Amino acid sequence: MQDDGAWSGVLWALERDLRLAMRSRTELGVQLLFYVIVVSLFPLATTPEKSVLSLMGPGVLWVAALLASLLSLPRLFASDYADGTLEQIALSPYPLPALVSGKIIAHWLTTGLPVVVLAPILGQQYALDGEALAVLAATLLLGTPILSLLGAIGAALTLGLRGSGSLLALLVLPLCVPVPIFGAGAVDAVHAGLGAAANLSLLGAGLLMAIVGAPLAASAAVRIALD
Amino acid sequence: MLEATDLAARRGFTRLFSGLGLKVEPGSALLVTGANGTGKTTLLRILAGLSTPVEGRVRWRSQTVTPFLRSLRQDALFCGHLAALKDELTAEENLAALVTLAGVKASTAQLRDALSAVALDRHAGLPARALSQGQRRRLGLARLYLIRRPLWLLDEPATALDAAGMALVATMIAGHLERGGFAVVATHQALDLPPARVHSLALS
Repeated sequence: MQDDGAWSGVLWALERDLRLAMRSRTELGVQLLFYVIVVSLFPLATTPEKSVLSLMGPGVLWVAALLASLLSLPRLFASDYADGTLEQIALSPYPLPALVSGKIIAHWLTTGLPVVVLAPILGQQYALDGEALAVLAATLLLGTPILSLLGAIGAALTLGLRGSGSLLALLVLPLCVPVPIFGAGAVDAVHAGLGAAANLSLLGAGLLMAIVGAPLAASAAVRIALD
Repeated sequence: MLEATDLAARRGFTRLFSGLGLKVEPGSALLVTGANGTGKTTLLRILAGLSTPVEGRVRWRSQTVTPFLRSLRQDALFCGHLAALKDELTAEENLAALVTLAGVKASTAQLRDALSAVALDRHAGLPARALSQGQRRRLGLARLYLIRRPLWLLDEPATALDAAGMALVATMIAGHLERGGFAVVATHQALDLPPARVHSLALS
């Protein structure tokens, strides 16, 4: 394969976006706090009954992860679009899908990975046993990158539109529906004695498809937005 | 050679220009002038391969320019009216990021040299949000020292600059033309460029 600087492009975007994220740590903290609060509200607002909580726990943790991911998506391209950096990114000699991939990886590392790490701790509120928590963390590890990848397409498509934040939610949420279904379903499958292999495989397949397709689609949308 | 024939562009339903032709030879510059809203920025974006013209075509080194053409991305340096600076990063980090994005490896010493050429060396560690408009513009221009590309597309490079800054821009462009480079500059200000090398295009 001809070396066209794809890796350099990925690394450039990853390094820069992580550095920017570190400079605005409060914003990241607020998003994580949002996740913690949403997850913690359900046991408080519904019932302390352990059997009910352990039944709905995985679903709540997954939906909250989806919402937390959605909260940070509008910024993925919007600030670069507003200050002209996106023009320079699109005109760079590096392939645009590589640069977009770097941005998506940075988005997942700053919003998806902390959710994966926090989930087993927050799961304690739902009386989930060790095995369930481990499976849940595994589904989040496979599933949250899909949310970042699909979300990037939506974020790029809504660039420059008025009210793009709410439009982005309408666009991305239906696309992401299978992810929490398979994710939360894995825990139910374990409880039913079926094992989580099927659900994890489906999530893995979804992840591979998103890795191949999403950066290309998001790049095309970025180019359309700049025209 | 950069060439365009029969270009037409519109914004919304308003026709900005049509039947526009231009030609830029090595070592010469095209100054695009015209009142606000006559399509200077649009023309530069078309030449950079960011926008597609409604009609006509652009040729760069006898290759027809399509949006985001690879050879143009390697040969052209586009400085839009947006400075492409991140408020959170320091002046030096901003410059380093933009230069690396253009595929150029620059050492710290080279970055410092470019910053001192635009009189920003004392502010290298300052976040971009603390810079004045003129200083932000200068930081954008520092790229021109480090990214060696034959074709410069500059959109209002002298906006917000003081007299010394405008002289600096003129010197940079003149030096670039001296080395056989191409430049298309959209501007309102009178830049002190060698008249023999400069052609004008007035949009109306």
